[in-house]
Amino acid sequence: MEMPKANQMIIDAKPSIVAGLAQLLPKDAVLHYLNDTRPYECDALAAYACQPLAVVLPRTTEQVAAVLRFCHAHAIPVVPRGAGTSLAGGSLPTADSVVLSVARMVDVLETDYPNRFIRVQTGRTNVSVTAAVEDEGFFYAPDPSSQLACAIAGNIAMNSGGAHCLKYGVTTNNLLGVTLVQMDGTIIQIGGAYMDSGGLDLLGLICGSEGQLGIVTEATLRILPKPEGARPVLIGFDANEVAGACVSDIIKAGILPVAIEFMDRPCIVATEDFAKAGYPDCEALLIVEVEGSDNEIDLQLALIKEIAMRHNPVAFRESKSAEESQKIWLGRKSAFGAMGNIADYMCLDGTIPVSALPLVLRRIGELSQHYGLGVANVFHAGDGNMHPLILYNANKPGDLELCEAFGNDILRLCVEVGGCLTGEHGVGVEKRDLMTVQFAPADLEAQLNVKDVFDPKWLLNAAKVFPLDVSASRRATSV
Amino acid sequence: MRPQNEAELAQILVEAQLPVEIIGGGTRAIGDVVAGATPLYTDGFAGIELYEPGALTLVAGAGSLLSDINDQLAVEKQRLPFEAPDYAAVLGREGRSTLGGVVACNAAGPRRVQAGACRDSMIGVRFVDGAGTIVKNGGRVMKNVTGLDLVKLMAGSHGTLGVLTQVAFKLLPVPEASRTLFFDGQDPATAVSLMAAALGSPYEVTAASFRPQSGTVLRVEGFDAAVKYRASALAKHLKFYGQAQISENSLSVWADIRDLKPFVGQTGDLWRVSVKPSDAAGILAKAAPLDYMLDWGGGLLWLLLPENTDLRLLLGTFEGHATLFRGKGGGAPSFQPQSPAIITLTQGLRAKFDPKAILNKGRMG
Ligand SMILES: Cc1cc2nc3c(=O)[nH]c(=O)nc-3n(C[C@H](O)[C@H](O)[C@H](O)COP(=O)(O)OP(=O)(O)OC[C@H]3O[C@@H](n4cnc5c(N)ncnc54)[C@H](O)[C@@H]3O)c2cc1C
Ligand SMILES: Cc1cc2nc3c(=O)[nH]c(=O)nc-3n(C[C@H](O)[C@H](O)[C@H](O)COP(=O)(O)OP(=O)(O)OC[C@H]3O[C@@H](n4cnc5c(N)ncnc54)[C@H](O)[C@@H]3O)c2cc1C
Repeated sequence: MEMPKANQMIIDAKPSIVAGLAQLLPKDAVLHYLNDTRPYECDALAAYACQPLAVVLPRTTEQVAAVLRFCHAHAIPVVPRGAGTSLAGGSLPTADSVVLSVARMVDVLETDYPNRFIRVQTGRTNVSVTAAVEDEGFFYAPDPSSQLACAIAGNIAMNSGGAHCLKYGVTTNNLLGVTLVQMDGTIIQIGGAYMDSGGLDLLGLICGSEGQLGIVTEATLRILPKPEGARPVLIGFDANEVAGACVSDIIKAGILPVAIEFMDRPCIVATEDFAKAGYPDCEALLIVEVEGSDNEIDLQLALIKEIAMRHNPVAFRESKSAEESQKIWLGRKSAFGAMGNIADYMCLDGTIPVSALPLVLRRIGELSQHYGLGVANVFHAGDGNMHPLILYNANKPGDLELCEAFGNDILRLCVEVGGCLTGEHGVGVEKRDLMTVQFAPADLEAQLNVKDVFDPKWLLNAAKVFPLDVSASRRATSV
Repeated sequence: MRPQNEAELAQILVEAQLPVEIIGGGTRAIGDVVAGATPLYTDGFAGIELYEPGALTLVAGAGSLLSDINDQLAVEKQRLPFEAPDYAAVLGREGRSTLGGVVACNAAGPRRVQAGACRDSMIGVRFVDGAGTIVKNGGRVMKNVTGLDLVKLMAGSHGTLGVLTQVAFKLLPVPEASRTLFFDGQDPATAVSLMAAALGSPYEVTAASFRPQSGTVLRVEGFDAAVKYRASALAKHLKFYGQAQISENSLSVWADIRDLKPFVGQTGDLWRVSVKPSDAAGILAKAAPLDYMLDWGGGLLWLLLPENTDLRLLLGTFEGHATLFRGKGGGAPSFQPQSPAIITLTQGLRAKFDPKAILNKGRMG
């Protein structure tokens, strides 16, 4: 992975830039000593790190606007940051950039239960949005596994998903409005506490734009009433194909589970060793969760059982209690930890059409042999979002490169079968150079054109999302 | 002009120097296009390209008739989630809606409160921009965050950014059963709070609408045994608002609400207002409509006003937006004027996607 050469003139001007920023913000809100900025040198894709010029921690939209106006005037690159849990290097700084973190913007601005929304500053963590409304029986639906740490800011920028998105959709389906600060400091309200905004769908464009179009400081989010209850079943199969066919049959039967999770044998074995959840010894395992009243749950689970039995499962366990539910989820929830216990791993995020599942798993197995690296598959099977975990040894020279090459082959395969490079983690720097596998030059040009409109000088999070050579001429305008 | 494939369409738009009006089914375009624009028909882009019931996905040509698509999906007991309306009758038009038209208007019916609008189910798009460039975005999978989301941008762009040629959707199963709850005798403010209580309950209400003549109606959908339970639990939950009548067979009630049947044949301007539900009663008081209907739990108001009335003058500034749907509206623009910063961005995007300013020129301001 390559980053463009930092602009030495900006680096040399650090003292005056820091002084300028300090005039716009409270005293403790500008970090510039190496010790202070170190925590911001990378995100959760820790393989890549770079110290930024400075870090600013504004508390208000007006302060964000002041910082951006200043950086715009002096052509200083800005990297927006939420909680830094991106797995794609989305918030990786460059040496000539100012990191603008919204981590101190954590207020709840308004909760409105009759109209079912909450308005927050975007530095607030995902889980604390639900925490703010759950006493009234509501929740915020998108729930990435990183929800304890990740911020609404990053969720919006990455259009993050979660365990329940099969039923409730991803961030973009639960976002009603934002306050966006453009790179030149203009503050815009887009959408609001109502469903239709007329005009072009700028809200839909901003969600998932990876900090390319502006900095989101406030968000109006849809909240939903909590379901009466939820319970999973665990189904084991002796072949991946059969598990795939069962998923398809469940969906065709008109059942809409909140989650359908898939694990393959390597993943089952690893989690069993680690978490001892008592999973069956089998090739493939599904966890299917449904919601509703107790009766409704029984009804749906009975249907699922009937369908599963047609596929001769080697195991079928239905949860009857909260304790049993927890046990069923235990292995799945510790999957990442279990793999981390065995080796270093890289987590991929491609999506495939569900029908291509058997083919893709077979090809991944062949690639694994070819590269000599182990791989385990966890998978949101209902929507085809795969998370192959490639195991490697970070201390072994050449292993990371081998792992990257293997990962790239898997992502190419996802695109080849009709899927995409990333289902929920975003492109960032990680998948930037693979974009031409999925998009023709004209497709990318259309996206670059959109960025031109919002950020004509290409100062915001440039050198991400688009292959470097594709964005080169535009980025040159900022120097 | 009637291109039969993307290459022909691209050629037309590369060469075009004068305005073009995109016509799908021609049922209900709203907002004027400059006079003399050459019609460009999309019926060459019809037909299903891919339908995988087991993956709940559909890819089809943008010129496909909505009714054909609905029929095909019904065979597998599936449907487009957003309950696309048929406004031909209320707008007094002939013709049948196309998928492209539905997308260009970001259509949504009563199920919006639960399943979102067209944009929420749309997962992929192909279009030809005003310069004749063929562009694709999204794809055929439900979860996809690869690059900027032009799928959403194209939904609701009313043909001002490109001519859609192909669209992809995620689908939903048609539920086995539905139940409708009727409550009579509310004033609009009470109706809105009833609908809020319903939509804030765990019983998965999929539509909530109100008319002064017929009261409040709520819908639950799902497996038969489940909706039976939920309908009665809901009635109990809402007993403060009166005794609910529960009906098992009310598909036509919802079709009428969806297609604005009550306003068919009534003279007057028809306005469509999107607000926070609790603001609905205040809007009604200011607008004093001849007739009206609330949908989306009060978040959507359909207001019938005397011919040639500019509703925006009556409302003054308010949070939300009003669209002139039918009639002259006292010369008001169809689409609500936006803030200066949004106008700048909109113009910037239109200039990029349609540099010759030829696509549906005049529509959307
Ligand atoms: C253990 C683990 C599990 C995870 N599980 C999931 C999962 O289940 N589903 C999922 O979707 N993701 C998951 N992720 C990925 C990650 O948590 C999400 O992408 C998350 O939304 C990032 O949020 P953040 O606040 O940490 O963003 P950051 O990492 O700080 O930033 C992410 C991107 O957003 C941009 N950005 C940040 N703030 C703003 C702003 N205010 N305005 C504009 N742009 C901004 C950044 O520039 C960057 O491009 C997981 C990550 C980890 C480490
Ligand atoms: C302001 C407004 C609000 C509306 N609100 C709703 C609503 O909430 N719910 C709802 O269901 N319907 C709404 N409609 C109307 C309705 O959804 C559509 O007009 C109808 O579905 C169009 O189908 P059609 O094929 O007859 O399109 P037409 O009447 O032919 O065209 C409708 C619009 O779409 C454009 N268009 C058609 N095909 C394409 C294409 N392939 N590529 C690009 N542009 C194309 C046309 O130029 C025109 O602007 C609204 C319409 C307007 C103007």
